[in-house]
Amino acid sequence: MRTLTAKGVRIDDTFAEAFDMRATALLITADTARWAKQAAVTMTGFATSVIGCGCEAGIDRMVKASETPDGRPGVRVLLFATSTGELQKQLANRVGQCVLTSPGSACYADLAGTENLRLGNGLRYFADGWQISKRFGARHFWRLPVMDGEFVCEATTGLTKTAVGGGNLLIMGANTETTRTAAETAVEAMMAVSDVILPFPGGIVRSGSKVGSKYKQVIASTNHAYCPTLRGAVASELDQDIGAVLEIVIDGLSAAAVGNAMRAGLAALVKLGPKRGALRVGAGNYGGKLGRHHFHLKDLVP
Amino acid sequence: MKPLALTLREAPPQRLDLSSLVPHKLTGKTAAEIARIAIATTREPLTIGDIFMIRMGDPLAIRIEGGSERFDEVGHGLAEGEIVVDGDVGLRAGRLMTGGRLVITGHAGPWAASGLKGGTVEIGGSVGERLGGPVPGEVAGMRGGLVIVRGNAGERAGDRLRRGTIMIEGHAGAYAASRMIAGTLMVGRSVGPLPGYLMRRGTLLVGTPPEASSPTFVDCGVHDLVAHRLLAAHVRPHSRVFDRLLKAPLRRFAGDMAAMGKGEMFCPPA
Repeated sequence: MRTLTAKGVRIDDTFAEAFDMRATALLITADTARWAKQAAVTMTGFATSVIGCGCEAGIDRMVKASETPDGRPGVRVLLFATSTGELQKQLANRVGQCVLTSPGSACYADLAGTENLRLGNGLRYFADGWQISKRFGARHFWRLPVMDGEFVCEATTGLTKTAVGGGNLLIMGANTETTRTAAETAVEAMMAVSDVILPFPGGIVRSGSKVGSKYKQVIASTNHAYCPTLRGAVASELDQDIGAVLEIVIDGLSAAAVGNAMRAGLAALVKLGPKRGALRVGAGNYGGKLGRHHFHLKDLVP
Repeated sequence: MKPLALTLREAPPQRLDLSSLVPHKLTGKTAAEIARIAIATTREPLTIGDIFMIRMGDPLAIRIEGGSERFDEVGHGLAEGEIVVDGDVGLRAGRLMTGGRLVITGHAGPWAASGLKGGTVEIGGSVGERLGGPVPGEVAGMRGGLVIVRGNAGERAGDRLRRGTIMIEGHAGAYAASRMIAGTLMVGRSVGPLPGYLMRRGTLLVGTPPEASSPTFVDCGVHDLVAHRLLAAHVRPHSRVFDRLLKAPLRRFAGDMAAMGKGEMFCPPA
């Protein structure tokens, strides 16, 4: 399968298979960057995979005070789900429990979509009749009296149906340390790409999964072909020199954004080189039958 | 393309109904057809050609050179384009506008921007009473759009305001924001007696603490609100007068408790 080597890093001739998703973007601000980030981190916690969390969410980027609607430091957050209904539910729960509750926070729409999701339009009822509606130009805000003043929340946020989830890179290295260094380097480069999130812890997932299991109640199980400790016991995908594998999963507001992130990650891995980082890079797919979007590594290598 | 210009020949002999001088009523008309449009409000017939010299141009940009407090209904129902009046206007300027931009360099009479639904009205001078307000028989006044008054406003500015933003850079008369339903009314300097009289919801912002405030407005303390930053950003392209006011914490009064009591008045802490 391997056909390419870039500066000593072996690149599999394979592709990442990604799926259409529903997504939205929010801008969370607060009095300080620390508290804007705290609200965003809390809201995007336990949102690594739609399999068990209902949605995938993460921080896109920090936003300078001069670029936010209220002139305070902000954080842009992206939320992905498989259906509009689930996205709406996750949005309401997460903003209601994690952003509304965070000191000094405000929450704005940050995506123009053809359809809208309810944001403040649902949360306003928390104010028990004391909510105040304000329309400034084309934008509609709700002001909710809370114990530290007011929570300001945009009435709705945009929905996109052309988001893409499941772009990925499989980073294979000699041992856990070099593999982790490689993954961290790739994550740093990919986080700089706008309109994407890496939903797993620190952007990295160590327990890649396959569909199904020997147990009929389990829908996803360990990706045994990429487990180094099973190399001799199963039909392994790993070479003799591979001691550890880490995966980076990418969700983006568009296929182009996911492609850009994968390109940036590959470039960073190639630049780091095989001695300090990855010996080999692959990608996960399901034979190309499940997802509409195929990101071929050979097209993305620098 | 050059604007369609109408130059005043002499002071009008009677009040004029200029509601026909809007782009959607002039598009496709020749200069001769425009000159024949009747604008009289008395039994003495009068046409546009009698009062104005016409220079043809783009009807989406109408320029009226010269003004008079007898120019009534200027920009009535304006939906798109721009009307600039180089002078004063009379009653109900910009009434029921839904879009576009009306600029009056001089003063405007009562009911300016009455029932405004959208668009922008900018008045360089002062306005008469009931800015944005309803005419008799109407339930609500202005319900959208933006009004900027560089001078002062008469009594009951923002009467029954329902939606939209009114900025008065100077002073406002008695009963500013009277019977306000919702929306935002901002006054850069002082207001007359009983601001927010019987307001239900909405926001009134005044540059100096009112001298005679209603006892049915209750003090809610001094606050620095995020909403003020959003309001400041919204009005900054149109007026810089409110920047300084909205930067500092403001005292919030809730009222009018004699009505629904969900409204608010902000002023600098005395």
